[in-house]
Amino acid sequence: MSPTTLDYLLWGALPYVVLAVLIGGTVWRYRYDRFGWTTRSSQLYESRLLRIASPVFHFGLLVVIVGHVVGLLIPETWTDAVGITDGMYHVTALSLGAVAGVTTLGGIALLIWRRRTNGPVFSATTVNDKVMYLVLVAAILAGLATTLLSAVAGLTGGHETDYRETVSPWFRSVFYLQPDVAAMTAASGAFKLHALIGLTLFALFPFTRLVHAFSAPVWYLFRPYVVYRSRDEEPTPSTRPIRRGWS
Amino acid sequence: MAQRIGKVMAQVAMVMNLDKCIGCHTCSVTCKQAWTNRSGVEYVWFNNVETRPGQGYPRRHEDQERWQGGWKRTATGRLKPRAGGRLKKLATIFANPKMPSIQDYYEPWTYDYEHLVSAPLGDDIPGARPRSLISGEPMQIKWSANWDDDLAGGEELAANDPIVQKIGDKVRFDYEQAFMFYLPRICEHCLNPSCVAACPSGAMYKRAEDGIVLVDQDKCRGWRMCVTGCPYKKVYFNHKTGKAEKCTLCYPRVEVGMPTVCSETCVGRLRYLGVILYDVERVGRAAAVKDEKDLYEAQLDVFLDPDDPEVQAAAIRDGIPERWVASARRSPIHLLAKRFRVALPLHPEYRTMPMVWYIPPLSPVVDALSESGHDGEDAGNLFAAIDTLRIPVEYLAELFTAGDPGPVKDVLGKLAAMRSYMRRINLGEEPDESIATAAGMTGADIERMYRLLALAKYDDRYVIPTAYGVDEADRGVIDEIGCSLDFEGGPGMGGMGGEAPFGEASGRPQPASVETFHALRDRQTSDGRSGPARRFNLLNWDGNGRPPGLFPERDQKNSPGRDQKNSPGPDQKNSPDRQDGPEPEARRNTRDGGHLRGHGESK
Ligand code: HEM
Ligand code: SF4
Ligand code: SF4
Repeated sequence: MSPTTLDYLLWGALPYVVLAVLIGGTVWRYRYDRFGWTTRSSQLYESRLLRIASPVFHFGLLVVIVGHVVGLLIPETWTDAVGITDGMYHVTALSLGAVAGVTTLGGIALLIWRRRTNGPVFSATTVNDKVMYLVLVAAILAGLATTLLSAVAGLTGGHETDYRETVSPWFRSVFYLQPDVAAMTAASGAFKLHALIGLTLFALFPFTRLVHAFSAPVWYLFRPYVVYRSRDEEPTPSTRPIRRGWS
Repeated sequence: MAQRIGKVMAQVAMVMNLDKCIGCHTCSVTCKQAWTNRSGVEYVWFNNVETRPGQGYPRRHEDQERWQGGWKRTATGRLKPRAGGRLKKLATIFANPKMPSIQDYYEPWTYDYEHLVSAPLGDDIPGARPRSLISGEPMQIKWSANWDDDLAGGEELAANDPIVQKIGDKVRFDYEQAFMFYLPRICEHCLNPSCVAACPSGAMYKRAEDGIVLVDQDKCRGWRMCVTGCPYKKVYFNHKTGKAEKCTLCYPRVEVGMPTVCSETCVGRLRYLGVILYDVERVGRAAAVKDEKDLYEAQLDVFLDPDDPEVQAAAIRDGIPERWVASARRSPIHLLAKRFRVALPLHPEYRTMPMVWYIPPLSPVVDALSESGHDGEDAGNLFAAIDTLRIPVEYLAELFTAGDPGPVKDVLGKLAAMRSYMRRINLGEEPDESIATAAGMTGADIERMYRLLALAKYDDRYVIPTAYGVDEADRGVIDEIGCSLDFEGGPGMGGMGGEAPFGEASGRPQPASVETFHALRDRQTSDGRSGPARRFNLLNWDGNGRPPGLFPERDQKNSPGRDQKNSPGPDQKNSPDRQDGPEPEARRNTRDGGHLRGHGESK
C-alpha cells in the first residue's frame, strides 16, 4: 500500500503542525498565562474519591508514558542485540500495557464520575476541561484497543501489524526531519486512530489544565526546604502589569 | 555575649496584647475587605479571632496528630516536615492525604434574596433561604468561622478544643466558673516556615529583607501541599484560581511604613509592629532543640540585641540599611519579647519559630480579688492570685510555651507588678522598687512597659522602617506613580477586564485594588457565584440607586425621567451599574491608609 496524499498530510505534515502548536503554545502560555498554570486542584471540595482516583490514574498514566517512551524510542534492533526475543518483548509489553492502561482508564473513569456527580466539582468544570477529558479518554481507549487487538492477534496467531516496525520508526523519523510516511501508512487502522487522537491531545495540551504535567516539581528533591528571595528581584514585564512605584 | 554573630537578617514582627482584645472582629473584617473579598476565597480569613477555649478556625487545626502540620524532630536531631519529607511529598502529590476539606473551614453561603421579590403573592412572607457559594445549591448552615464565638455551644463545642482535651478537668465550663478570652490570629511569618518547606514548586518564599512569607502567584502550581505544611492553617487554597493564598502582612503598606490593616483598625489598639534583628544561622539549631519546652528560650536566643554595637556592625555588614538598624532599636517587639519578656510565641512546639507573639491575658483578676474583699491591686494579693486564675495557667502554657507554666507565670507576674507599681504612682505615692524587683524588672522598665501597653501611642506601637529604596518622605502616604487601574486591559485603559482565555482565573493577575473594584461591581449586581448578574446582594447595598433585580422592573415609558442614559435622576447617583459609579470608591480604597491615620488616633 503506497502512501496517498492524505497519508502525506497526516503523517508527513500534521506532526510538525502539532509540534509547532505544542511548543509554541506552551511557550506562549508560559509567557502570557503563568497565573493560570495550575492543577486547579478540586481536593478542597471533595477528597474521599479523589484520594483513590487521582493516584490510580496518575500512577497508571506514568507507567503508560514510560511504556510509550520505551516502545517508540528504542528500535527493535537494539532489543534484538541484547537478546530479547520478539515474543518476550511483546508478552511483557502487552501485559504491562494492558494492566497500566486499564488502571489509567479506571482512574479517569472514577475521576470523571466524581466530576459529574459532585456538585461543587462539577460547577468548577469548564468547557475546556470537558473537551480535554473527551480527547484524553478517547486517546486512552484507542490506545487500549491497539493493545488488546495486538494481544488477541498474538494469542490467536492472527495478523496485527507490529507497531515496532510501523509506528515507532515513523515516530522517530519525525524527529530526524525525514518522516517515514510509508512506515506509518502500513500500520493498522487502530494504530492510526490512536496516533491521530494522540496528536490532537498534544495540540490541545498547552491550552488546558494539563500543562501542570510540564511543571512536575522534581527539583523539589534537590532544594533546601526554606526558600529566601529578595524583594528587589526584577519582575518580568511579561507577567506583571505596571504597578505602583515601590513594587 | 560571646556568641559569634552569623548572618544578620531583619524581620517585621507583631505582638498582640490579649488583655485588650474585645473580640470585635474588626480586624478580621477589615482584612477581608482589603484582601479576600473575592470569589474563590469566600471562606478565607487571613486574620481571624478565635474564642478560647474553642475549636479555632479551621476546626481543631491544633490537632497535629491529624493535620500533620509543622516540623518534627527526628531521632537524629534533625528537622523534617511532620507530614513527610520531600520524597513522601512527591509520592502523595496526586492527592494530598492531609488536606482539610471546605467543611473543616465552613461552606460559604449567600441568601436567595431574589425570592423576596419574585415570590408569588400570597399570605406567607417570603424568606431568603441560604445558598452555598460553592455548589450554588440551597444549604443548611451548620458551621462557620466563628460558630463557637463567645463560648457559644458551651461545653459541647468547647470540649473539642484540642488543648482542653489535653489538660482535661482544669478547664471549667459551668457558667459561674467558665472563662474565655480572644485569640486573634494571622500568619506567623515564621523564621522557619514549614509552609515554604512544603511547597514543591518553590513558589513560597521568605522575603530576605523583611521576613514576610509570600506566595508567588505566578509560580504556584496548585500542588496544595503548603496548606498541610502550615500548622497554624494559615495558607488557604483559592478554589477558583487553584492557587494558594495567605496573609501578606499587608506588605504594600508595611513597605511604606504603614501598619497592617488589622493593626491599624484594631479597636483595642493591641497590636504592635516592629523590626527584630536575628541571626539566621542560629535558626536551624534553635528550632531543633530536643525539649519542646526549651523552644521559647531558644527562639529568644536567635534574636539579637540591636543596642549591641557588634550586632549593629554585623547588620550593616550583612546589608541591612542603617535606617532599619535604627528602627530595630526602637522596636516595640524587641522590648516586649526580649527585653521585658512579656510576649510569648504561639505554639512554639510546631518548631516553625513563629513571629507573631502574644502577651497572655491576666483575666479579670483585679475585679475578682476586689469582690472577694481583697485589695485587688495589691502586689502580694495579685501575685498569689495568679495560680488560681480563672484562665488556668496550664491552658495558656499549652498555647504559648509548649506546656511549661513557668514563663507564663513570669509574664503574668510582670503584668500584675505593673498594675501595683503604677497604682502607687497614680495615687501620688512613692514608687515601690521592690514590686518591680519581685517580678524581675526595674521600676524604669515597668514605666516604659506601661507607656507601651497602657498608653500605647500610635508611634510607639508601630515602628516600621520603609522598604529599601523607598524614600522616607513616603511614610504614611501611598501615592500612586501611575493609576492602579491603568494596566493593560484594565478600566483605567478603557478595558474592563473581559473574558479570560482559559477560564475565569487565567490571564494576568490583577492588582488587588482592581480585583476589589471588579468584585464590588459584580457584587453590587449579583450574588451568584460567578455567573452573570442575576441576583442582588443586599449586604452590599447602600440604600441608594435601583440595582437591577432588587425591585420589579419599572415601565420605562411611564417614567421618562428615569431613563438611565439621558438624565441621571437623583436616585441614580450611586447606581452600581453606572460605569463611573464605584470608581472613586475603588480609588479611595487604594489610598485609604493615607487618610486613616489620624482618624480618631490620639497621639
Ligand atoms: C508527573 C506529573 C504530574 C503530576 C505531579 C500531576 C499532579 C496532579 C495533581 C496534583 C492534580 C490535582 C488533583 C486534585 O487535587 O484535584 C492533577 C490533576 C489532573 N491531572 Fe495530573 N499530574 C501529572 C501529570 C499528568 C499527566 C501527564 C496527565 C494527562 C495527560 C494528567 C492529567 C490530570 C488530570 C486529567 C487531572 C484532573 C483530575 C480531576 O480533578 O478530575 N496529569 N494532577
Ligand atoms: S504561620 Fe505563616 S509562615 Fe508560618 S508556616 Fe504558617 S503560613 Fe507559613
Ligand atoms: S480589632 Fe483588635 S480588639 Fe477587635 S477583635 Fe481584632 S484584635 Fe481584638
